[in-house]
Amino acid sequence: MARRATPEVNAGSMADIAFLLLIFFLVTTTIEKDSGIARQLPPIEEIVDPPKIKEKNLFIVNVNRNDQLLVEEKLMELKDLRQAAITFLDNGGAPSGSPEYCNYCKGPRSPESSDNPEKAVISVQNDRLTSYKMYIAVQNELVAAYNFLRDRESQRLYGWKFTEMSKDLDEGKIKGEAAQDALKEKLETIQKLFPMKLSEAEPKKSGQ
Amino acid sequence: MSKFRKKKSNELPPVSTASLPDIVFMLLFFFMVVTVLRDDNLLVQNKLPKADQVEKLKKDRSVYIYAGKPSARYQDKFGTEAKIQIGDKYTDITSIKFALTELRQKLRPELQDKVMVALKVDEETNTGKVTDIKQELRELNMLKIIYITTPGNELNQ
Repeated sequence: MARRATPEVNAGSMADIAFLLLIFFLVTTTIEKDSGIARQLPPIEEIVDPPKIKEKNLFIVNVNRNDQLLVEEKLMELKDLRQAAITFLDNGGAPSGSPEYCNYCKGPRSPESSDNPEKAVISVQNDRLTSYKMYIAVQNELVAAYNFLRDRESQRLYGWKFTEMSKDLDEGKIKGEAAQDALKEKLETIQKLFPMKLSEAEPKKSGQ
Repeated sequence: MSKFRKKKSNELPPVSTASLPDIVFMLLFFFMVVTVLRDDNLLVQNKLPKADQVEKLKKDRSVYIYAGKPSARYQDKFGTEAKIQIGDKYTDITSIKFALTELRQKLRPELQDKVMVALKVDEETNTGKVTDIKQELRELNMLKIIYITTPGNELNQ
């Protein structure tokens, strides 16, 4: 008996089927890239002996229910906040020769403002009725102030901006364990020069 | 002479479409891999605030909390007061802990300790609402949070 050859399956419609699927996935795809401002919340624990912070090392930002800013007892526009924070952090008011002297600060060195970036604390106080938009805008400006200073020091020490360094590390552009570790160390050094000390007070009830 | 003439043809050969399915399949696989089917059905308005000093979110270790006014089609039912949404439903402030614990258990076991809470909050919400959520998170000891924003800056609009 002669063997009959099986007829070949017609694959002409393969492309059509694939196109159909392709279009489905094209339509449903949302290449989401969420990004935002990361924060670490303080754990709940009884603080027995709260560290004393000198008045001059504290930079108080107050946002009221009408989204107005009160910075160091003065009314301020949002656009001026970044520069004010930079000036405060970079002040380096401790006298030269003292152990707290900040040798990389380029600020006005006013004795009325912060001693060094290590000591400087920014405290944000919100009202419960402050809009979230304003809250994020303020946080963004303060992070920007820190990033500006870190970038400056990083550029000086390593010739590479802090923000770019951490971005490259995040995106996996740095190959090899050794290179990654070296970079992490650099990042930590910079973070030590300008530690992010952002405190958030419990928001007051409106009208209090 | 005739030997050469025989091969010559004036017509252009048709473009072969045999590789078309391969190309399409390649594209198909690409989109299949990158596709994330939306898992949360948004019940609240979610116009995120703008910021430019941002970090990327690591998706595999994050749980989402949405907050804002109910979407337009739910407003006659739930009013216009800001609400919290976790997963697919509205969640009361008191049951956040339960909902989050449940969500955390869905993550890969080795990442459950490094869980990050992504807050997607509408820009018109009051900060008080966010503070309440943060207080609950502190009690739950999920201390890493990230405020999801859209690229841009409030200053130059």
